[in-house]
Parts: sequence; structure tokens; C-alpha cells
Amino acid sequence: MSLFHHHKKEVHPDSGPLLHIDRVSISFDRPVLRDVSFQVRHGETVALMGKSGTGKSVLLKLIVGLLKPNAGKVVYRDRDVTTMNEGQLLALRSEMGFLFQGAALFDSMTVGQNLELFLVKHTELSAPEREQKILETLDIVGLRDAVDKMPSELSGGMKKRAGLARSIVIEPDLMLYDEPTTGLDPLTAASIAEEIVSLQQRLGIASLVVTHDLPTAFTVADRAVVLNEGFVVFDGTLNDFVSSNDPFLREYLSASQLDRARHDKIIKAIEQHSAPQEVTV
Amino acid sequence: MAEQEVAPAPATEEKPSSSAVDRWVGGLVLLGGLWLFAVRFIKTLGRPPYEFKEIIRQLNAIGFRSLSLVTVVGVVIGAVLTMQSRPTMIKFGAEAFIPAMVAISVMRELSPVLISVILGGRVGAGIGAELGSMRASEQIDAMEVAALDPYKLLVFTRVVACMIALPVLTIYADLLALVGSWVVEKIEAGMTLNHFITSVVNSVEFSDYLPGIVKTIFFGFTIGIVGCYEGYNSSGGTEGVGRSATDAAVTSSLLIIVLDVLFVKITLMLWPS
Repeated sequence: MSLFHHHKKEVHPDSGPLLHIDRVSISFDRPVLRDVSFQVRHGETVALMGKSGTGKSVLLKLIVGLLKPNAGKVVYRDRDVTTMNEGQLLALRSEMGFLFQGAALFDSMTVGQNLELFLVKHTELSAPEREQKILETLDIVGLRDAVDKMPSELSGGMKKRAGLARSIVIEPDLMLYDEPTTGLDPLTAASIAEEIVSLQQRLGIASLVVTHDLPTAFTVADRAVVLNEGFVVFDGTLNDFVSSNDPFLREYLSASQLDRARHDKIIKAIEQHSAPQEVTV
Repeated sequence: MAEQEVAPAPATEEKPSSSAVDRWVGGLVLLGGLWLFAVRFIKTLGRPPYEFKEIIRQLNAIGFRSLSLVTVVGVVIGAVLTMQSRPTMIKFGAEAFIPAMVAISVMRELSPVLISVILGGRVGAGIGAELGSMRASEQIDAMEVAALDPYKLLVFTRVVACMIALPVLTIYADLLALVGSWVVEKIEAGMTLNHFITSVVNSVEFSDYLPGIVKTIFFGFTIGIVGCYEGYNSSGGTEGVGRSATDAAVTSSLLIIVLDVLFVKITLMLWPS
């Protein structure tokens, strides 16, 4: 039995790139990304993987124009993000959803108000329409009852779901996920990953998922791009990734499988412990 | 006991000039950043619509929640000034001028500067910490990604609230200082309230209270801009949040005191008498 459950979704083979990262390089006090190139097609989900500090989150910020690369282009729907002015970037960002690592909900607002702020900015909906839309969106992520709750009243998993709801409420064409399952317990992480798959099935949007968690990548993605030391060391299907003989990929895979095996062992032990015992009289 | 061999301390390379230069450069970078932040505020002023709901929320957080602090400070300023000056005024036979002296001192200088410095600590640090934690938790990035203007939503609203709250709180502190002064006069000399008010009203002029109030608008601007700048540009996670709060309090208090010299000079040029 495979350790990972890979959800397969239909991606049209001829569909062109929605997002094209073209030979992007960026340095801060050291080179972070070096000559990085890959594409995300319409309706496709790509997992961007690699060790911590290898520039995955930086790449997401380049895509939404929060950072500018030292070299290369980020092309979204045939528009070069790197040359856009502030006004053009604001318009671009209304086409993208971004789930931050810590969800980044606005502390001073309720969950409902967090969603409403985005709707007010990006849509022409009336107040009752906005309310309906908010409840519908929270329904999708199973948080309808949390509409009036403050972010501080939510658990880590609920915050992620609320952040997810806020990202999709404006119906983006591209979803960017920054470590969506980091910091969550394995069961909550698995449920968030399933939530992402469910959203993709319902909305059919393209997604780029930054993660170093292999089970999450295998649950949500059609394709994987792996970074190491700022370079792309792998770009292909998940099956190719698993069967690759590249030493770095083998090491990455074995470390993740070890974690997964430990996790499965613990779950199995819990299940055995909680199984009904035969009572002898 | 074996004598321990003490290795000579390695000669440290002293670079006093280098660290002093670094500090100066850091100070200039801070002033430049504050200047650009202030210019951006003026540009935002010309770009309605404004977030009135958020301004009112900030007025509550900055103004209303400072009332108890300002109440205590106001009463104490008036009472202490009266108690301290009373023996000297009696010595010169000028006891009758105590209400006027207290009123003018409080309105011109003591209340605007003390209230601003104290609120610079409370409000400036609070804004620095709040925006700093928003930066650390990526909330400011989330606003930019959502095509919201974080400067307009977070900075503009807080600076405007500071500019409104400071003069109002200063007027409130002025009045409470007079109450404190009258209470001391009542206890020490049995002065009636009517006599105290008449004495103050007859001696205080337009040039005594207007400059004091006007400068608190600028002090409010300073507290808001410094607090927001430190928080908005915070880096280094939770440690950075603490640093932003401290820097906001220290920088705003320092700038208020320095700016006060300038305002006193301008006031004396406008009203030489």
C-alpha cells in the first residue's frame, strides 16, 4: 500500500501557462533564488517543495509583486508582473488568492468582517449579497458558526480555514498557499489538505502550494517543483519525483517517509489501544 | 594549589569612530524614513475616501482610553505647581497671582508637552507594537495582497486620530490642572472658586492658550508618524515588535521635546509680548 494518497484531477494537456516564472533570480544578503523557471497551467495544482530557507515563500511574494526580482520575469496571463506599477499590481492581486502561513487574519475584525473587507474592495455586491456570500464561503470550509468570532477565539486549524475562506471569497483564478499545513497536528493538517483538494474540485482554480510536507504535496498536487540552494532541481509529475535517482530527492523523500512511517505507527497504536476489548465473564 | 595561568586578554580592536558614524547614519536614515512617511501622509490626505469608521475606532483606542491617565496627570500638574510656587509667590507678595501664573504656565507649556510626552510613551509604543505584530504575522502583507492600501487603513487613520485626540486631551488636562490648583488654593488660602475663575479669565489671553493647543496637533502628528513608522517597518519577529515599541516611545518623546523649542521660538516671534 502506498504511503501517500495522490488525488488525481484532470488537467487539459494543451492548456497554456497561467503563470510563467521565467529565469527569476533574487538575492538579499545572499542569493536566494537562482535562475528559477517553471509554469503553472490553468486548473493545475503545483507543489513547490524544498528545505526551509530555500526561497519558496519569497517566490510567492514575487508572484504577487510584493518583491521585485533582480533578474527574470514573472508572467501572469501574458502580463509581466515585475514591470507593473502599484495600480496594475492592485488589479492583478484581485485575481489571486493567498493563504499565508499563519493565515494572517486581521486581529481587530471578526471572521465575517475579515471576509467582508475583501468583498467590499473587490466586488460590487450589496450588503445582503455580501452577507450571503460570506456565509456560503464559510460553509465551504465548515466555519459557518464562526462568522462572528474573533481570530483569537479560533484554533490553529480554524484560523487556516478562515484564511482559506477569505482567500477564495473573491473567487480568484490562481490560489497561492504558503505552507498551509505547517504548525498543525497531523490530523488537522490532513483535513486542511483535503479541504484544498475539495476547493480545487469545486472551483477548478489553478494553485501553487508551497510546502515541505510531502503528504500534503501528494494529496493536493498534480505536479511538483523542487528547489534546492535556490535552483530548481526537479520539475515533473509526482510519480517521476518518487522514482527519481537524484541524491537530493532521494534524501528528501526518505526523510519525509520516515516521518510519515512514525506518524502511521503512532496512529496504528492509538487505534489498537482504543479498539473495543473482548469481555470475558 | 597550582597557579593558574591567566592568558592575557586579547587586544580588542577599538573602533569608536566607526560605531559613532554608524549611529549617525542610523539617525539620518530614521529621519529620512520619517520624512518620507510624513510626505506619504500628506499625499494620502488628497486621496479620499477616508476610513472614518477606523478613525473613530482609533480615537477610542488612543483618546478615550487615555482619559484616566490624562486625568491624573492634569490634576497633579496643577496641584504640584501651586504647592511648589506658593511659598515663593508669598515671599514676593504675589500670592494673588498664583491662579494666573498656574494657568499661563500650564496652558502655554506644561500641559501640552507633558501630556504629549506621556502619550508618546503610551500611544506611540502601543501603535509601534500593534503594527509591528501585524507585520510579523503577515497581516500587512495580506492587506497588500488583497489590494487594500495598508498605509491608508493603518497609518493614515492612526495619525489622524492622534492629531485629533492630542489637542482635546490637552484642553481636558488644562482644565483639570486648574481644578487641581484651585483645590490647593482652597485648602491653603480658602480661595473661592469664583475668585479663582475670575483671576484666571482676567489674566489669560488668546496667545496663552492657542499656541499650546496648536502645537499638540503637530505633537500628535509626530507620535502617530513615529509609532506607525517603527511598527510598519518592524523586522525580526517578536523581538522586532518589542524593539519597535521601545523605539517608537523614545523617538517620539525626543522629537516632541526638540520640536517644542521650535514652537516656542515661533510663538515668541508671533506674540513678542
